[in-house]
Amino acid sequence: MMAIEWGPLFAHFLSLSLMAIGGAITTVPDMHRYLVEQQHWLTQSQFTSSIAIAQAAPGPNVTFVALLGWNLGINAAASGQIAWLWGLLGALTTMVGFLLPSTVLTFLAARWCQKNRERLGVRAFKTGLAPVVVALLVATGWILASTPSAASAPWHPWLLSAAAMLLVWRTRLHLLWILTAGALLGWFGWV
Amino acid sequence: MRPTSKFDLFWSFSLLALQGFGGVQAIVQRELIEKKQWLTKEAFMEDWAVAQVLPGPNVVNLSLMIGDRHFGTAGALAAMAGMLCFPSVIVLALVAIFSGLADLPQVQGALRGMGAVAAGLITAAALKLIPALRKNPMGLAACALLALLTLACVVLLHLALVWVLLLTGLPAYGWAYWQLRQRAAKSE
Repeated sequence: MMAIEWGPLFAHFLSLSLMAIGGAITTVPDMHRYLVEQQHWLTQSQFTSSIAIAQAAPGPNVTFVALLGWNLGINAAASGQIAWLWGLLGALTTMVGFLLPSTVLTFLAARWCQKNRERLGVRAFKTGLAPVVVALLVATGWILASTPSAASAPWHPWLLSAAAMLLVWRTRLHLLWILTAGALLGWFGWV
Repeated sequence: MRPTSKFDLFWSFSLLALQGFGGVQAIVQRELIEKKQWLTKEAFMEDWAVAQVLPGPNVVNLSLMIGDRHFGTAGALAAMAGMLCFPSVIVLALVAIFSGLADLPQVQGALRGMGAVAAGLITAAALKLIPALRKNPMGLAACALLALLTLACVVLLHLALVWVLLLTGLPAYGWAYWQLRQRAAKSE
């Protein structure tokens, strides 16, 4: 059992929320610093496997925040207590903390943009950022594709990424088939 | 086309999220533009720009904006709940039941394989948006230059998004503002 201060934990995730520009994943280094290095509330392997599992599971990657909270709760549960209830409490604490400020801000800002969409400033924002947005998507793909490979041939993952890209770009093949093929290739050690 | 009800919003975003292995970003465009046709490519890009610049997970921000537009606050909550409920339950159940499984080399391999595919899916999603840039008032050359600059900032210089937005987003905003004002002046 480990003493976790829930108040400061909640406050920390509240403050991280507004720093998550570009997605939840951009705050990972700071979460690691706080939870693993400073407070020692999570082990290194709990931290990295939370992110890996959330990325592979269906849904937005932000679910890794719920997993971190779950592990915190499990670590805090005393023996004899119902561990999964503590896990749920942890998951709710981190998830609500992390999403509340950014959600409120987005809600208000998006409404304002919608109401003032004819304004030159708002139109210039959307027009100007269009090419930046496209490039940021390409960059995200590039960064994901650069994950180091364990296979003997380091070009295998790149080939797989390129093949997936061509299939999605040029055909209407369902994405789940392509993902299944990727999972199988990885399972048998090709990637 | 538009969502028919708050329940439709909740359910559509749930189904969308549940297809998003390796992140929802790769699938959100195909579902919303091609299948549901709730947005055009141009409208998607505009919404995505707002969702990306504001803090918080991009796909959650996007669902919130679309829900709010059609059914107000309740719609925003319904869409966001769809995006988060089932995926959170699934990911917690996975960990509660199979906590040791992620260490198997086969499972790690499968995760890597799916990661490589997800990288391809996201790149393809970006390629599909390029035709919509042709109608951009900044002109194709300016768009290409801004896109390459952004790419270099992230891929070569490894800058944090805040800096990328300041370095390329601000000049882009200024150029777009000037071009749009010129156009407005001409049409008067």
